[in-house]
Amino acid sequence: MKATVFVRLKREVLDPQGDAIKRALSVLGFEGVRDVRVGKLVEIEFDDEAPKSPDQIKTELAKMADELLANPVIEDARIELSPAAQK
Amino acid sequence: MRRVRQWQPALRDSAQWAQIACYRARMHATVVVFPGSNADAEMIHTLRDVVQVRTEVAWHRDAELPAGTDLVAIPGGFSYGDYLRCGAIAKVSPIVAAIRRHVDRGGAVLGVCNGFQILTEAGLLPGALTRNLHLRFECRDIFVKPVSEGPFTSGLPRVLRLPIAHAEGRYQAAPDVLASLEKDGLVALRYCDSAGAITEDANPNGSLSSIAGIYGGPKKNVLGLMPHPERMSEPLVGYSDGRAIFDAIVRSMARSSRPAAQLSAAS
Repeated sequence: MKATVFVRLKREVLDPQGDAIKRALSVLGFEGVRDVRVGKLVEIEFDDEAPKSPDQIKTELAKMADELLANPVIEDARIELSPAAQK
Repeated sequence: MRRVRQWQPALRDSAQWAQIACYRARMHATVVVFPGSNADAEMIHTLRDVVQVRTEVAWHRDAELPAGTDLVAIPGGFSYGDYLRCGAIAKVSPIVAAIRRHVDRGGAVLGVCNGFQILTEAGLLPGALTRNLHLRFECRDIFVKPVSEGPFTSGLPRVLRLPIAHAEGRYQAAPDVLASLEKDGLVALRYCDSAGAITEDANPNGSLSSIAGIYGGPKKNVLGLMPHPERMSEPLVGYSDGRAIFDAIVRSMARSSRPAAQLSAAS
């Protein structure tokens, strides 16, 4: 089983990095870019030797996101699960 | 020769002076070092040679602080290479669990720069430190104004000149968290200009409400701040304003330590 955790700054948190990218895009001539936000993508692969149920894994991932992967003060996390075969 | 401004504590009487001197001789500070800490040497030097208190070093893997630790100092740097987020990996080290117990007992903790980031990540202080507004690594002297009484800020000069060196120091907190910080007097220091005016121009990183440092812990016993008082604590480096923060914590702990109180009663 493989999971992807998307960590993004909350909407209300200013993202100066995204703003800098937006300005750089306009320098390159890309028009019509309204907003750019930068986040992180964390890929986690689970051990197939000790399989867990998808529900178990989802609960664990939510805990991982809350305790380490995202800082709940400024970030949100979205979790996607996919079978290892698709990786 | 340039005249260097040196901060002198105002001592009301000699009994108080004796109490503080007596406590200073017994006080025990511990500097916590993580892989990637890089302001540990100046923190150790300032505590040991300038403030002149017994100073030990604890490593991130230690499960306990050295016995008798009164003050824990978490220095600046890039613990664990700032991987994931500043301070995010450090918060799971065994020593942070020991620091948490120290805080619960009412023990004093000072987190400077990356130390502040580690304290917020560990949940020992509210809020978070994010990328500076203009994305620059800010490395220069700024001014801060103590805005609340507490163990680290009572009796400080009105304005302190301190150096900063960070890329992620923009303090952020949810509106309700900020409101309770303000209400409970937990905002310790704000960025200001040399005259003490809190203006947008004097805010080096875009911090919410110009916040440079905040208090936490059950008795305001935790202070996190982005500026480096340990880098400006002796006339040799031009200014010694930072020393006032260390002297304040020594004074405050001397006052609350029992044997010293007996000494003062006896005198």
